[in-house]
Amino acid sequence: MDILYKVFIDPFMQMGGAPDLLVQTLWEGLVAGMLYALIALGFVLIFKASGVFNFAQGIMVVFAALTLVGIYDLLRQWGVPSGWLAAYLALALSLVVMFGLAFAVERVMLRPLVNQPDIILFMATFGLTYFLIGFGEFVFGGNPKRMIAGELNLPSGAVEFKMAGGFVSMQKIDIAAVLIVSVMVGALSFFFQRTRIGRALRAVADSHKAALSVGISLNQIWVIVWFAAGVVALTTGIMWGARSEVSFSLQIIALKALPVLILGGFTSIPGAIVGGLIIGVGEKIGEFYWGPLLGSGIESWLAYVIALLFLLYRPQGLFGEKIIERI
Amino acid sequence: MLGLKNVKTTMIAAALVAGTVATSLPATAQESIYVPLFTYRTGPFSGSGIYIAEGMRDYLEMLNQRDGGIGGVKLALEECETGYDTKKGLECYEAVKDKKPVVINPWSTGITLPLIPRASVDKVPVLSMAYGLSAAAIGDTFPWIFNPPATYWDGASMILTYIGGKEGGMDKLKGKTIGYIYLDAGFGKEPIPLLEQMAKDYGFNLKLYPVAATEMQNQSSQWLNVRRDRPDYMVMYGWGALQPTAVKEAVKIGYPMDKFVSIWWPSEDDAAAGGPQSKGFKALNWHAVGDNFPAIADIKKFVTDKNLTQTDKSHIGKVLYNRGIYNSMLIAEGIRNAQKLTGKKVITGEDMRRGLETLNIDAARYKEMGLEGFAGPVKLTCADHNGHFATYMQEWDGSKYVKVSGDIKPNMDKVSPLLNAAAKEYTDKAGSWPRRTEACDKAS
Repeated sequence: MDILYKVFIDPFMQMGGAPDLLVQTLWEGLVAGMLYALIALGFVLIFKASGVFNFAQGIMVVFAALTLVGIYDLLRQWGVPSGWLAAYLALALSLVVMFGLAFAVERVMLRPLVNQPDIILFMATFGLTYFLIGFGEFVFGGNPKRMIAGELNLPSGAVEFKMAGGFVSMQKIDIAAVLIVSVMVGALSFFFQRTRIGRALRAVADSHKAALSVGISLNQIWVIVWFAAGVVALTTGIMWGARSEVSFSLQIIALKALPVLILGGFTSIPGAIVGGLIIGVGEKIGEFYWGPLLGSGIESWLAYVIALLFLLYRPQGLFGEKIIERI
Repeated sequence: MLGLKNVKTTMIAAALVAGTVATSLPATAQESIYVPLFTYRTGPFSGSGIYIAEGMRDYLEMLNQRDGGIGGVKLALEECETGYDTKKGLECYEAVKDKKPVVINPWSTGITLPLIPRASVDKVPVLSMAYGLSAAAIGDTFPWIFNPPATYWDGASMILTYIGGKEGGMDKLKGKTIGYIYLDAGFGKEPIPLLEQMAKDYGFNLKLYPVAATEMQNQSSQWLNVRRDRPDYMVMYGWGALQPTAVKEAVKIGYPMDKFVSIWWPSEDDAAAGGPQSKGFKALNWHAVGDNFPAIADIKKFVTDKNLTQTDKSHIGKVLYNRGIYNSMLIAEGIRNAQKLTGKKVITGEDMRRGLETLNIDAARYKEMGLEGFAGPVKLTCADHNGHFATYMQEWDGSKYVKVSGDIKPNMDKVSPLLNAAAKEYTDKAGSWPRRTEACDKAS
């Protein structure tokens, strides 16, 4: 009986007894969920365009963030005064680097592998991962670095408000993260749904051959999509880096995108967002209210349990396309 | 374009050169002492690992450059990158084993644990300096493992002694709540049996907050738990990205930083991660911070100024850089001791074990080494491979660590029985754990 009480009654009593903690947990879940969604978005963009699960998305986050911080340091060494000017210049140059990476990936990796089975392209992204790890360590070193959040005019400090005898604290950087991610998702959705290039991308996703037959350049689309994934990676790197530090351990965070993708489907931008939020809020609530029953530290696997539960009812994910194969 | 004849000539020449190098290698190996260094300058834990690797290598390289090695024999140094990954660490061990290393420094509790049963078979001493299996301090059971100057269990007991002192006595811990946030791996789990026992003995509540390696930079849930549970003190056993993130999260929830105490691993960067509000954060230490020592001046003169290292000069004198120096100082003294005991210049792993078992570094010896006042005396014996030496508490003042306590001794009344029990449990589980056959030296 005691265990039934602890599982089914006590957590809800806690929620009612301390609503400030419930709101705080929901907020933390929302922020984490938005950031997971951002990582998942990087995977979805590339999967939609090429059917490839980009294993390198995690290291692209690290590489993009290190590039930003590295260029900023370089600019300071060259005499550009510290502050917003150097930071935004570094941001612009980082975007150029991410475009260069997208171009190089298309030329060196994707183009020679056209018409190869998807698994070959998937394995190629493994190669890209290890190349970026080695290249990143060679250029930037293994030392963790401080994200230039202040220089980019991202806010610091917290907003606190009282609630039911307690308080809810929201970090300004987290509020900024939620806003930036929302704008970014909106812009990407508009780009891919309403523009000519977006329609071309969806055509490529449906069929490479059909897209080629109506004059869509596969290579151009791939560069655009990999660049978009690079921009997403840079944004993710800035936001996660500001919460912790910029180091190679950030690539592990990308693992969080897997349950989000299982849940939301590999081809859906709204799926990535909704999946991210369900996973983010679900794991925080689960860890906070039910975690202590299992010795805490359950969120590293809880996300997968949540995703698997959804899969029982929707194997294609919440927003994934239902694939019917006739035999 | 090279003609076929030229290609042939080149290949023959290359083969001759390769042959010459191959035949000359054993001779070189005979004239040097091979010291592999397991390091991690890359990967998720490089934030901690780089400092250690730099200090460890620079000190030994300085001995090579300044003194021509130890006892006239050069040290053959070779780093093996483990990335703090147990699998890679074991690959490193297999790669260096046949080159007759005199000591292995795993620099990971996860790597140390599987090496414990292998070391005695391969006759290679393992120096897990202040990490690894706490029970390995018992030399009679683990003749090949050394973990001076204090075990993780000693560390946990010293933190509790410090907290008890702050509260006005250990009896005042009764009814308090102490939170323990840790890397959910072999290292972080290591002190839990001791903490649980001491919670029973002193009547405090112990709350565990494990952080998986995948969640090191995503700890908000655990710190929400801390906010709810309101522990009177927080104790941390962290490494790599776990530490700066924990400091940031503690600041974020407004946890009083003067009640946040860590084992000896946080660097200055880790403490600084929380900004000005992380002032008051505390960590144990047992050696000096700073570069005001003749030996470190020699490192600069003979190694860094000559660009014989990858070391970032701003790292010299930082807490984990000096930790690396301390580690290498133990290696160097073990080798010197072994040379003295055996009369040999080029020693073996077996000789090194004897050298470490008779290690006796007093204040006078520290002065001779150019490290006067760097750390407390170290004396190991055949039976005691750790020493269980005192540490002190250091506090982050916003720009550097400052010493805020006198010597804190481990609570051996509590630690010793548990160590003995753990050693017995280890050997019982192992099935046929060999009895110690290695003789003890007189000095030991």
